[in-house]
Amino acid sequence: MTVALSGEEIASQIEEHFPGSIAESSQQSLVVDKEFLLVAATYLKTTPGLDFDYLTSITAVDYYDYFEVIYQLTSLQHNHSLVVKTRYYGRDNPTLPSVVGLWQGADFQEREIYDLMGVSFEGHPNLKRIFLWEGFKGHPLRKDYL
Amino acid sequence: MAIKTEPFVINIGPQHPSTHGVFRMRLTLDGEVIIDVEPILGYLHRGIEKLAEGRTYTQNIPFTDRLDYLASMSNNLAYVLAVEKLAGTPVPERAEYLRVIMAELQRIASHLVGVGAFLNDCGAFMTPFLYMFREREKILDLFEMVCGQRLTYNYMRVGGISQDVPEEFLPALKKFVLQMPGFIDEYDQLLAENEILLARAKGVGILPRELAINTSASGPVLRASGVKWDIRKADPYSIYDRFEFDIPTGNFGDCYDRYRVRIQEMRQSVRILKQAMEQLPQGEVRSDVPHLIRPPVGEAYGHIEAPKGELGFYLVSDNSIAPYRFHIRAPTLINLTALRDMMIGWKVADAIIIFGSIDICLAEVDR
Repeated sequence: MTVALSGEEIASQIEEHFPGSIAESSQQSLVVDKEFLLVAATYLKTTPGLDFDYLTSITAVDYYDYFEVIYQLTSLQHNHSLVVKTRYYGRDNPTLPSVVGLWQGADFQEREIYDLMGVSFEGHPNLKRIFLWEGFKGHPLRKDYL
Repeated sequence: MAIKTEPFVINIGPQHPSTHGVFRMRLTLDGEVIIDVEPILGYLHRGIEKLAEGRTYTQNIPFTDRLDYLASMSNNLAYVLAVEKLAGTPVPERAEYLRVIMAELQRIASHLVGVGAFLNDCGAFMTPFLYMFREREKILDLFEMVCGQRLTYNYMRVGGISQDVPEEFLPALKKFVLQMPGFIDEYDQLLAENEILLARAKGVGILPRELAINTSASGPVLRASGVKWDIRKADPYSIYDRFEFDIPTGNFGDCYDRYRVRIQEMRQSVRILKQAMEQLPQGEVRSDVPHLIRPPVGEAYGHIEAPKGELGFYLVSDNSIAPYRFHIRAPTLINLTALRDMMIGWKVADAIIIFGSIDICLAEVDR
């Protein structure tokens, strides 16, 4: 059985190494401040005992006040999982750091979020629309689109 | 004297028989050798995630049929599992067994198409494909018995399945389970040691273990690279912890390994079917679920080992009758991430085989 690690416990570990990086945490998930996303992700991937080598999925949700991006991480080695989130407050040109450098599996998924939700990822090697065509106006999965 | 050359771009698809749908790739070639690949997607994008936000939880089940239409039962299962996780719905025992039976039959059917199409791409034109369609037809007949449909089943419901199986189903399933191992042997005899297949698929399109993990590959693609990871074992959903089966893996992560893993997985599915059939209890097939489900505010990620990889549904509820967010973790889209790395350095004729060995379904890639 894949063990879902406690968001609170991992959050306190990350907070210890990078003070001020955790915005919120619960049993199910933790929310990382977007400025700390890359360092926290690197920590989760490379720390022995955590070893989150597999990025299961990324998705984004539009909550009007903010965009939330959800990273489902899994460690194939230890068979445990963790849900990491990050938020961008505001609706104008939301930008978050890209994790493609850590997990290449993020490539198409970040492009999908950019295409449909309009969240840009800084540092993505090829950030352009993936399903809709160049020149399409708007981002359909945003709640104010239709 | 060196001849001056320059890279050459060719376009394959979207309308091309070996792209298995409307997939397009731009290959940059140096002579015959591929130096760059750009997949271009979206020709079948229907906006299912957006559409689903405007429909009730039950109304969304038929949408899942139209993702990977070669594995509709698996898609149904992944979605209802996610909703059940979100709403905390119990599922009767008999329904769990019937779900497993349908999901494993579907895995065999999907692998038959995947392997048949792959061999087609390798140049064994149509003969093996039709041999495999012969057995797939029997599975579709079984599905037709239980729900009246042959492709888009809409069979599973939140809290169970839509209806119990008819009495002629179990004898027919028994016959199929007895016959199937013999048919798999037949496929093996046809082509497994075939000189041409070995020459074209062995050592071609290698996906190393580390890269497979790093690119979030899943399903047979990941396992062929030597990673023993199957969600049915790693994170058992439904009642998979009650069955004995093995996880076949490959050694090299080449096209041949991906083909072999699929053939072996069919044998394991037959094993699961046998056990599920023997243990199948009597009883209800659907728990009491209101027509309009209003899950509590929250989110849930339900995932299964679909024939093509990890299929997951990420649902967010705002306590209304429709999901606030409906995201599909499509295995074949993510398996395509590694396509470029697998193809570079190979010849243009290998591109078709490497692409075929991933076994994708464009309806799921583009959604």
